[in-house]
Amino acid sequence: MTSSVDHADHDQGAAVAARVERRWSIMSAGLVGLMIGVAIFAGVHRATMPQAWVETANPQTIHIAGEFVESNLGSAMEADGSVTVRAVGQQFSFTPQCLVVPADTPVTLRATSADVVHGLLITGTTVNTMLVPGYIAVLPMRFKTPGEHAMPCQEFCGLGHEGMWARVRVLDKAAFAQLAAKQRRLTCVD
Amino acid sequence: MLTNRRLVLAHFWLAFAVFGLALLLGAWQMFARSPLNPGLGNSDWYYRSVTAHGSAMGYVFPTLIAMGFGYAITELALKRPLIGARWAWTGLVLVAVGAVVALIPVAMGLASVLYTFYPPLVGNAFYYIGVVLVVVGSWIWVALMSLNMIVWKRDNPGSPVPLAMFANVAGAYLWGWTAVGAAIEIIVLILPVAFGWRTTIDAGLSRVFFSWTLHAIVYFWLMPTYIAYYTIFPRAIGGRLYSDAMARVAFILFVVVSMPIGIHHLFADPQVGAGFKFIQSVFTAMVSLPTLITIFTICASAEIASRLRGGRGPFGWVTALPWANPIMLATAFSLLLLGFGGVGGLINMNYQFNSTIHNTQWVTGHFHLIFAGAIVIMYFAIAYDLWPHLTGRVLRTGRLATAQLWLWFTGMIVTTFPWHYVGVLGMPRRMAFYDYADPAIAGQALSVSMSVVGGVMLVTSAVLFFAVLIRGHRAERADPGVYRFAVAVHEPVRLPAALNGFALWLTLMIALTVVNYGYPVVQLLALKGNAVPAVYVGAQR
Repeated sequence: MTSSVDHADHDQGAAVAARVERRWSIMSAGLVGLMIGVAIFAGVHRATMPQAWVETANPQTIHIAGEFVESNLGSAMEADGSVTVRAVGQQFSFTPQCLVVPADTPVTLRATSADVVHGLLITGTTVNTMLVPGYIAVLPMRFKTPGEHAMPCQEFCGLGHEGMWARVRVLDKAAFAQLAAKQRRLTCVD
Repeated sequence: MLTNRRLVLAHFWLAFAVFGLALLLGAWQMFARSPLNPGLGNSDWYYRSVTAHGSAMGYVFPTLIAMGFGYAITELALKRPLIGARWAWTGLVLVAVGAVVALIPVAMGLASVLYTFYPPLVGNAFYYIGVVLVVVGSWIWVALMSLNMIVWKRDNPGSPVPLAMFANVAGAYLWGWTAVGAAIEIIVLILPVAFGWRTTIDAGLSRVFFSWTLHAIVYFWLMPTYIAYYTIFPRAIGGRLYSDAMARVAFILFVVVSMPIGIHHLFADPQVGAGFKFIQSVFTAMVSLPTLITIFTICASAEIASRLRGGRGPFGWVTALPWANPIMLATAFSLLLLGFGGVGGLINMNYQFNSTIHNTQWVTGHFHLIFAGAIVIMYFAIAYDLWPHLTGRVLRTGRLATAQLWLWFTGMIVTTFPWHYVGVLGMPRRMAFYDYADPAIAGQALSVSMSVVGGVMLVTSAVLFFAVLIRGHRAERADPGVYRFAVAVHEPVRLPAALNGFALWLTLMIALTVVNYGYPVVQLLALKGNAVPAVYVGAQR
């Protein structure tokens, strides 16, 4: 008698366990599906998405010719009203050391490295990219409000990495346009 | 019965010695970069220290634990002496020699490239040669684990391979294949430059090869921990493993999907396009499944043990668990830390979230929670469990071990939570010091100081850990009895070939890696002019 009760208990327990395990599996798969879904949604709507192509730049010649010559670095007003910012990272600074951009405007960052692997992030934003020598990083950005941000190098680049900090100054649209009318390339290096 | 006790003990002691030294370096680094450091930071010594800490903790310590534990499992689970014990000693010598050869140039400041190498920075050739020796030594272990399982299966046709051995071999295969990425990077790309035969290197391609190793290496570190969850924990608390089959499925999933996902480390890199970043992001999401399965199976096993001890109620059974048992405590802490670290991981695997925290202190916090937290705390538990069988002496764990585990757990939280926080604020990782006078960083000074307190707690915990083990070598002799792994509720009698071997899964592992890495690698090989001049560490410019 006792043993048959035990047996019934065991069967019932096993059934409960199997049910819970099934629910757990469904929840797990659902969680994974949700995460992937969120990524797809954000990507398709271009809220944020990695660059879709690979562009190269030779660090041995970028200072002589091409878009990364020093006179072309900084912010440039484009015909469509957007802004392109070009920057170069090298041991142990950025050129320019202070980027100036308008608020509430589509901005495209184009940056590369002149020597080793660097990276940059702009504090308080989702702007974050690696600068790998030989390749051009392209990143869409948009700053909501005027203000100052720090822009450290976020990848170890040698003894001196800790000193590689730049700044980003976000101006309101009108102030930026005023500056842009006077200069072809803008920076805020004093 | 262990016939090669000295072999296993040698692996564990060398592993823990390396761990102890690297831990001191880590704790010093946290102090050096904090506002508590009254002097000026010295970046040269800091980056030497980071390189040594990372190389020792990443390449040497967990590898030796996996190897030593693997040899023990082979003898204890298959119930026969290890085949190839001489080769095993050769492997150990190679790892030891490799570690010394690698760390000498690091200590001299000739290879401050961090354990992630970062070409076109190129350090002294002996650093890379040392790392290769460590890997070659571990590959001997991979071959031995495979050989021992194959010979046992031949001698026991149709019998299920014991779960501990099955999982152990899964870990060996995983490591054997995932180490290939870094091996290609070092041997084909970096070493010719380090020797001066070539002066240029494709930094982007190097990063792609390294990412192949960089993520799955964490699962290699994780394997001994998961083996302990499944095959030690249920027995140690007087219960049974809930499901043998699901355990095998979890280990198989790790083998198959932990490799073709490493490009999620390159989300912010310009040399890989969006397509493969997305594909590997999806695979990264899938690799959370074996962990979610594990959480269920281990919690169910704990509940079985508790109810056998008279535990009652939907949650009341938790209090009936044997909390004074160090294996119980370590496993609970490990799962908690894995939970925190895992949630962080789900955030990192997503390109959009990653862009907020990529390469910030958040990432340092994340992998320390997983590795130094969830994984290493089970290495302690494994040592506590095996020690009486290795020494033939009594191991008194008691309050000392309990205090040690509590300190490690809280120390890990106090260290890593502030890291996560300052990471969200944008504090970049791997900097020798910060200018806390800068208003942009001043607010982070308190959090960084808290991490230093955590570091001190971790060092204290390690001291207690060594005290417990050393006391174990001096205690009176005692027969520990027969070593047992956990028994499942339903022990397998016959298993389908897919759950008893790896032929299918290794084919899938290699095929998926080739598919997910083939195109990015071929694309970069086909590009012209992306090789860049090497920058030699310590060279006068």
